[in-house]
Amino acid sequence: MSVLIYIELENGSIKKTSLETIAYGAKVAEKTGGKAIVLAIGSADASELEKAGRYGAAKVLHATDQKLEHENSMAYADILVQAVQQENSKVVILAKSGLGDAMAARAAARLKAAVVSGVTQLPETDGVFTVTRSVFSGKAFAKTQIHSEIKILVVKKNVIEMDENAVATENAEIVPFSPAFREDDFKATVVQVEKANTELSLTEADIIVSGGRGMKGPENWQPLVDLARALGAATGCSKPVSDLDWRPHHEHIGQTGIKVAPNLYIACGISGAIQHLAGVNGSKCIVVINKDPEAPFFKAADYGIVGDIFEILPRLTEAAKKLK
Amino acid sequence: MLAYYLSFYVNCEDKVILRSVTIHNHMTMKILVCITNVPDTTAKIAFTDNDTKLNKNGIQYIIGPYDDYALARGVEIREQSGGTLTVLHVGGAEADPQIRKALAIGADDAIRVNAEPLDSYFTALQIAHIAKQNNYDLILMGRESIDYNSGVVHGLVGEMLGIPSYSPVMKLDLDGNNATITREIDGGNEILKVSLPLVLGCQEPIAEWKIPNMRGIMTARTKPLNVVESVGSEVLTTPEKYTLPAPKGACKMIPASEAETLIRLLQTEAKVL
Ligand SMILES: Cc1cc2nc3c(=O)[nH]c(=O)nc-3n(C[C@H](O)[C@H](O)[C@H](O)COP(=O)(O)OP(=O)(O)OC[C@H]3O[C@@H](n4cnc5c(N)ncnc54)[C@H](O)[C@@H]3O)c2cc1C
Ligand SMILES: Nc1ncnc2c1ncn2[C@@H]1O[C@H](COP(=O)(O)O)[C@@H](O)[C@H]1O
Repeated sequence: MSVLIYIELENGSIKKTSLETIAYGAKVAEKTGGKAIVLAIGSADASELEKAGRYGAAKVLHATDQKLEHENSMAYADILVQAVQQENSKVVILAKSGLGDAMAARAAARLKAAVVSGVTQLPETDGVFTVTRSVFSGKAFAKTQIHSEIKILVVKKNVIEMDENAVATENAEIVPFSPAFREDDFKATVVQVEKANTELSLTEADIIVSGGRGMKGPENWQPLVDLARALGAATGCSKPVSDLDWRPHHEHIGQTGIKVAPNLYIACGISGAIQHLAGVNGSKCIVVINKDPEAPFFKAADYGIVGDIFEILPRLTEAAKKLK
Repeated sequence: MLAYYLSFYVNCEDKVILRSVTIHNHMTMKILVCITNVPDTTAKIAFTDNDTKLNKNGIQYIIGPYDDYALARGVEIREQSGGTLTVLHVGGAEADPQIRKALAIGADDAIRVNAEPLDSYFTALQIAHIAKQNNYDLILMGRESIDYNSGVVHGLVGEMLGIPSYSPVMKLDLDGNNATITREIDGGNEILKVSLPLVLGCQEPIAEWKIPNMRGIMTARTKPLNVVESVGSEVLTTPEKYTLPAPKGACKMIPASEAETLIRLLQTEAKVL
């Protein structure tokens, strides 16, 4: 028996959310009395993959192949299934992302396994295997029993404290993994990949500075970008802002956009409509800057400033620069 | 149940044949759009029966917002290339108003699998079962339901049918049997070409939400809504209890004149910098 953890690689490095997933998986392995085994797909150096050991992984299965160059959830899910079978894994862990959900779903159909997405806590493993997950766009949690033999959990960001010291360090053994491929999984041709390389991705970012209609127009975004830069933050926006093309669509946060869970979310000129809150309610700390003291966002905030963003943003940027 | 399927089949075939005559030589596309019936995005969520059931009192139900995008794009494609568009919902009769709305927006007919959508696997099994019988070219879903927010039903259905699935899809163009898709990947997007059949989880800006017009509402009343029973009874998960998030502590207000102190508080007090 073992716990299998799928990790995502980006430019040869393990994504931060995936390190968290390893720590989570290692804890589950500890609770269920098995080993934590990691599956990595794509190119990465052994020295990078060995990091998995620091978060409690005993072994890393590493699959690389020319064919796997592009993110392909179908082929990746097939590899995951083969790894689960080889390692006799009963619990499979992935980080919540488009890829994580897709792989989990396709693998679940093959393994006849329950798939639970949006898990927010460690499972209860005495008695019936029970997990807690986020439902109704973060407005509630559901404690859910899992009855299938194999259980697939897709875990949200910031679920456990990511402390290298909290788990027993293992010397992760790196083992090449050569899966068989299904031709059907390679029907698509990738025409173009656009990746904003210089910018931090919203789902990975620890800090997000986000702007709403209160920013008045795309030409006013520089002060917000400056603060984001000073804090090493990613930038986001509300739905009307991306609808108006003031900012790119992939920055749109909320119920119908991206759901984020950073340590710090700074909302500038966003009123705090419930649909926006649905995308940010996983954040650890929320700061709201709005000239209207009645703005609903203050009710969901930890810190608030009532004032004009254009006056306040540059001052925050100056203060943030002095931090370093 | 079998009788139902048969009659529906015949219905469908009839239509396909009729249309293929009218739209000279075009491929007749069979589109399935899967919709959820979910609490309105502004609904206040509360529970009853010892926190085991959603309190439906005063809740207004809507078609899932992402499903609405899928439906809108489905209707556009159906208008351009002919063929048929069927909407499918797994759930009880309380969803019928939303299903009628989808018919009013432009679907030709509807199927409701009359069973509680117990979990993703069960729901996917129902959708795959219907899909196997009707050979759809294109199965459109939302990127995620907004009640369970799983984002997994499309992948499950894709694998059950042995066809590709992609999500979240922001753009979909068809040239006969070939689809060009723009999908979101972490920190960017990817454009790919792949042939039908496909299962897609949709999100904006794939199409603009459509509002039914008067004519649509009138014709929707007479469009077929076929109710069928579910298959299989395997339930891999059961909800045990719901909880609400802990209430947020009071927001600490910082006077605008002292805005700079925010940065210090974030570092020393909140410890997030
Ligand atoms: C089905 C559905 C789904 C939706 N999904 C989403 C979603 O995913 N994400 C999303 O964001 N929205 C979503 N919405 C829209 C949502 O309801 C709100 O309309 C939207 O979030 C409002 O955006 P905003 O806060 O930027 O703009 P507004 O509500 O216009 O707020 C602007 C704020 O800026 C403040 N302001 C103005 N000038 C200044 C200044 N100089 N200094 C400081 N403050 C200033 C104002 O006081 C105001 O509070 C959805 C709506 C529906 C119906
Ligand atoms: N009960 C249901 N009936 C029909 N379609 C559904 C149902 N549940 C989910 N779907 C479809 O699957 C998509 C993803 O749902 P989920 O995996 O629950 O987030 C939704 O946007 C719908 O298109």
